[in-house]
Amino acid sequence: MKKLINQVDDVVAEALRGMAAAHPDLIEINLGPDYVVRRGAPAPGRVALVSGGGSGHEPMHGGFVGLGMLAGACPGAVFTSPTPDQIYDCTKRVSGGAGVVHIVKNYTGDVLNFEMAAELAQADGIEVQAVVIDDDVAVQDSLYTAGRRGVGTTVLAEKIAGARAEEGGTLSEVADAVRKVNENGRSMGMALTSCTVPAAGKPTFELGDDEMEIGIGIHGEPGRERMALEPADRIVDRLLDAVLGDLPFSGGDRVLAFVNGMGGTPLIELYIAMRRVAEVLSERGLRLERSLVGSYITSLEMAGLSITMLRLDDELLRLWDAPVHTAALRWGV
Amino acid sequence: MGGVTLDAATARRWLELLGDELSARAEELTRLDAAIGDADHGTNMARGFRAVREKALAQDHPDVSGLLKATGMALIGTVGGAAGPLYGTLFLRMSQATAGRDGGLALADVRDALRAGVQGVADRGKAQPGDKTMLDALLPAMEALDAAVEAGAATDGALRDAADAAQRGAEATVPLRARKGRASYLGERSIGHQDPGATSSAILLRSLAEAIAPEGGD
Repeated sequence: MKKLINQVDDVVAEALRGMAAAHPDLIEINLGPDYVVRRGAPAPGRVALVSGGGSGHEPMHGGFVGLGMLAGACPGAVFTSPTPDQIYDCTKRVSGGAGVVHIVKNYTGDVLNFEMAAELAQADGIEVQAVVIDDDVAVQDSLYTAGRRGVGTTVLAEKIAGARAEEGGTLSEVADAVRKVNENGRSMGMALTSCTVPAAGKPTFELGDDEMEIGIGIHGEPGRERMALEPADRIVDRLLDAVLGDLPFSGGDRVLAFVNGMGGTPLIELYIAMRRVAEVLSERGLRLERSLVGSYITSLEMAGLSITMLRLDDELLRLWDAPVHTAALRWGV
Repeated sequence: MGGVTLDAATARRWLELLGDELSARAEELTRLDAAIGDADHGTNMARGFRAVREKALAQDHPDVSGLLKATGMALIGTVGGAAGPLYGTLFLRMSQATAGRDGGLALADVRDALRAGVQGVADRGKAQPGDKTMLDALLPAMEALDAAVEAGAATDGALRDAADAAQRGAEATVPLRARKGRASYLGERSIGHQDPGATSSAILLRSLAEAIAPEGGD
């Protein structure tokens, strides 16, 4: 597998240095332990949002650090959660005295490492509220699993809760905003190809030229089922059936549609999918209020997409529209 | 039975052997993880034990507890994933259980320390036996060790029994359906694969037996 890298061991640190070089107006980085913080952090008197997870999902999370979104992001090794000392250091660095919200995707490793970090920060007198995102409807049988995974809704939660923090929300108000997005957001993804973890050097799984994997996670972990490849519209219908049926969304609901590329799928194909999403929403009487189309929570070079639907109310809509200025998302400024 | 089984020197040998073995078998562990997880367990454990060598083993530790604490901290800071907090907690709890015991530990003390460590894994990960996790190797090892201590077995036999039980436990994860960790997302498709965490746990116990009672030694 060809990769545009230097040394396998340097992938994460070199990418962070590149981010710092590209966005000196927005962020600062720390190496050893690795994290990205908003330029000039901490913001005194403001609640700070910290997220993190394995690397390989860029632009998540470092690309979402900045005005109106995250105060800090902790990237682990590729597909490996960050460590407690790293999250703890980042938490201390961004803490402005009003508390810190940890946005954690529901993976055993992420949850355990953030839990240990929150214990360390609390021992220092920093108030931490952790909210776990678990929006992946591909994982059905939650009694017998580690629970639903955190996927696309994470991006929306970081944007919306970040706006709540920016306008001066309290610790519990900001944490509630994350919870509200998680409760109203549902996602599912699919893959056309595998991805290759740089340290492993070969594809995580094999998928035939005529096959696809439905219900894929964001770490190359296999999905719900493997089946023969279908046209884009059929794939979108499958994902939407599962996503819309789960909340469930009903006629008249106002929604934000997030069509997300997994890293190896071009925007032209994502727009083909978005076209079908808009058709289906209209058929079902759902009001498409906002959309986000692009590769924001990726799985290295995996081809495929995920679809996230968020049910909106006036508050969520207002916070979504609020100004944001990060490496990956920017509007209103 | 009354003699010293684990002192700072044997603990050091254990961690060196364990690091060597994890590094030699990193690819195998990663392959097991690729089947039901995210293809990084071998890489992560090898990286963690490189840090143990560079940090914990590079310092002088007069007692077992200090060495185990430094080991736990090194793992927590470098492994990541679920394995970092879980193995880190195992060594930290073993360290707490052996604090103040600078004269070295008898077999029953080693058993008690391991039990504390395994309980730490259970507390942090909240898994049950049969969930296809590290515990499916660690719990059978504790049972075997308890039985051996009860029967007054010699140290070498007792630790080998524990290592054998852990290995059988790891192999017995093949037909299990995962209920914890990333493998649980596969549901039925996790059946038929050996759990990587149970496998590294079996390596941990095998290295302990080898460090204290080398095959053909004693």
